[in-house]
Amino acid sequence: MSEYLIKNVAVLGGTPTDLLLRDGVIADPADAPADAEVIDASGLIALPGLVDLHTHLREPGREDAETVETGTRAAALGGFTAVHAMANTEPVADTAGVVEQVWRLGREAGYCDVYPVGAVTVGLDGERLAELGAMADSAARVRVFSDDGRCVSDAVLMRRALEYVKAFDGVVAQHAQEPRLTVDAQMNEGELSGRLGLAGWPAVAEEAIIARDVLLAQHVGSRLHVCHVSTSGSVELIRWAKGKGVDVTAEACPHHLLLTDELAATYDPIYKVNPPLRSAADVAALQEGLADGTIDIVATDHAPHPHEDKDCEWAAAAFGMLGLETALSIVQQTMVDPGRLDWAGVAERMSYAPARIGRVSDRHGRPVQVGEPANVVLYDPGARRTIEPSESASLSRNTPYRGMELPGRVVATFLRGKATVLDGKLA
Amino acid sequence: MKRHLLSAADLSRADAELILSTAAELRELADRPIKKLPALRGRTVVNLFFEDSTRTRISFEAAAKRLSADVINFAAKGSSLSKGESLKDTALTLEAMGADAVVVRHGASGAPHRLAHSGWVRSSVVNGGDGTHEHPTQALLDAFTMSRHLGQGQARSLDGRRIVIVGDVLHSRVARSNALLLHTLGAEVTLVAPPTLLPVGVGTWPVEVSYDLDAALPKADAVMMLRVQRERMHGGFFPTAREYSRRYGLDGKRMATLQDHTIVMHPGPMVRGMEITADVADSDRSVIVEQVTNGVAVRMAVLYLLLGGSTPAVGGEE
Amino acid sequence: MPAPPETQRVVLDAGDIQRALTRISHEILERNKGADDLVLLGIPSRGVPLARRIAERIAAVEGYDVPVGSLDVTMYRDDLRMKPARALLPTEIPPEGIDDRTVVLVDDVLFSGRTIRAALDALNDIGRPKAVRLAVLVDRGHRELPIRADFVGKNLPTSLVERVKVTLADVDDADAVTIQTTGQEVPA
Repeated sequence: MSEYLIKNVAVLGGTPTDLLLRDGVIADPADAPADAEVIDASGLIALPGLVDLHTHLREPGREDAETVETGTRAAALGGFTAVHAMANTEPVADTAGVVEQVWRLGREAGYCDVYPVGAVTVGLDGERLAELGAMADSAARVRVFSDDGRCVSDAVLMRRALEYVKAFDGVVAQHAQEPRLTVDAQMNEGELSGRLGLAGWPAVAEEAIIARDVLLAQHVGSRLHVCHVSTSGSVELIRWAKGKGVDVTAEACPHHLLLTDELAATYDPIYKVNPPLRSAADVAALQEGLADGTIDIVATDHAPHPHEDKDCEWAAAAFGMLGLETALSIVQQTMVDPGRLDWAGVAERMSYAPARIGRVSDRHGRPVQVGEPANVVLYDPGARRTIEPSESASLSRNTPYRGMELPGRVVATFLRGKATVLDGKLA
Repeated sequence: MKRHLLSAADLSRADAELILSTAAELRELADRPIKKLPALRGRTVVNLFFEDSTRTRISFEAAAKRLSADVINFAAKGSSLSKGESLKDTALTLEAMGADAVVVRHGASGAPHRLAHSGWVRSSVVNGGDGTHEHPTQALLDAFTMSRHLGQGQARSLDGRRIVIVGDVLHSRVARSNALLLHTLGAEVTLVAPPTLLPVGVGTWPVEVSYDLDAALPKADAVMMLRVQRERMHGGFFPTAREYSRRYGLDGKRMATLQDHTIVMHPGPMVRGMEITADVADSDRSVIVEQVTNGVAVRMAVLYLLLGGSTPAVGGEE
Repeated sequence: MPAPPETQRVVLDAGDIQRALTRISHEILERNKGADDLVLLGIPSRGVPLARRIAERIAAVEGYDVPVGSLDVTMYRDDLRMKPARALLPTEIPPEGIDDRTVVLVDDVLFSGRTIRAALDALNDIGRPKAVRLAVLVDRGHRELPIRADFVGKNLPTSLVERVKVTLADVDDADAVTIQTTGQEVPA
């Protein structure tokens, strides 16, 4: 394995220093051997390898949209060293067999660590609990359980799931969407949905579930994670729950930090996502919540779809957008550049905290310092790039940032000392 | 270059008045022995209907044929959401046929917009009704009918006229287009519906909103009754058909509170006994049959102004 | 190359126009042997007031109101596709109709003949007249089709760089026919 001597890198944006990556760990640069590969990292910053708690890799079942291999390539290019792969595959990841398959595919691909998320209910049908313990005990060591894509809407079932996963320190990651309030929902409910004639997805449908779930989590003393928070009301509820001591964590997606529902006026389903793009006031509340820690993490909800599922009329199109390769740039643009977060704050929200929530912080989400696993991203915050969908490593092209100029570029990603990305390209 | 008619919001007041005055000339054609003009000879108009709507299709077909266009009716059966006939593949077929205009009727809001802007076709796109979004030619024919009855002479003006639109505004593309167009033409629009059948954000529309039909009727110059599907009852939008009719239906007793000149309209198809009683639908005030005749003239005007010259004369899209 | 300055001269004044219309009215009556069965159809926009004035003169002479209407030829024009779609002008056929009547088409200027060709086609879709005649205030020549006028107010030999403009008090400020010289050829 190569040894890398990274010169003049600003760890978390601090004073430039040198880093030695050797034998999978960060070592003292004074010990660098003469034949170490030297990387001049002047102007670059080092961050801990990013951890995504919310990725759709689509395999098994929709290998036309993404595979574990292509999805983890995209992840590495985005600076990620670990991703949690959502359970809504075909078949659903609701058994030890499926989660082990995904886990193994991740190991074989080798671009980043893949931690499968287990389904909460059998087939995501919301009727009876899947074998959560078997998935937890499997080689995949599942700790995050989610029916993402669907809400665990039955209050009793949600209570039982919250209680049950305590046995193996698991967490239920809820897709908060009251189903009866969102039948055929297409976009954020508001003045625009009324004008465009698209069925509304009201904020209350998200907030009602979050309110219920934080109360349930408090009642049964469980930990709860809220996926893709999208409304200002949700931020308020989570802030309130945290104030009450409820063990709740929450994520925001990059697209919800930047884009607004006005884009639906194009009727271009590239902007169709679930939960939907919201108002500018919601975007501002999410940014504020992420800055003050109410929202714990950024998670991509990377959701690849084949061209034909987006190249159609809005109502017929699939929900979701790509996110892995642009997440860090969006966070820089919306949080760092305006001064809402420093790079240490980014490390917390995109690496340390998601690793803690996913219970993988023995290997990921560790500080960039001597003795720690060599999971490191080198990032050039001064670069600017124009997003060209065809350049994505994902099998799919459904990025909403097509043609946009975004700040920053991932220059290199190291997974346990091995370069997965060098010079901005897959190594 | 303006090429499409996708929304009533695309039309400036000048555009709308040009369409209405053109329709007024073309309306006379209905009374002539030879109901045909050569303006669109050699042009191809495709009626692309993903939803059944015999009356709208026939109206567009008659309009195109009276202008000597070649008409191709393309009924893409089944909803867009069943992954059978995709909008895109259909559009590419039409493009290969050399369509100059595509009139599209689709169950998905925004489908005509998508057709016009996706690069799938080069032809003009006319929205023949999309989902719960808009139905601009219906609004034009409604405005045309109103102006014939209420307009001052040739001015075609609806300035200050009070138009009351009653019923399922939430699901009505006709109501959306009418609210926009009638406002453009200077009319004062009042939407009357139970709160469950009004869209979120209706307060930002250029209209008045009322829950009380009896209060709105005496001031109205025209009353437009929207169809209310009984199925909405099962969605919990109102308790029973009987209660709906009692609060929002137009019957003889309510009709008696109208001013003498006030007309009663309905975009059809009517649910008699639900939103409108038979005696009202068949009364002298009812212009429902005339709306059909006017529909052909208005659609002729739209097709002529979009396709008749080297470049279209109306519409808001680049 | 700078365009030559535009010049403008009046070739018929209000009195000339009055006299020309009076003469045309008498010629129509002579040719038709009276006013029976006549229908005057003006071609919008300026043919229509001319047709009305002729009808007034005929009424003054014969004591008979000749039916007057208008015939818009926009949709029948052979250059329809060469310009943006144009607004339609009124077509008003008198209630008596045109079948088995002598229709006199009235226009202000006869030039290439294409407008009259379009008018003949338009008439064809409205009915079957016994005969069709043509009355124009000015014939400026340069015909591109085998069409001639039966009644002419004034023959006005012109160059293709000249524009003949008719103004009528009914629609414009005053009665006049002027010739403007432009820098380029005027499309017929």
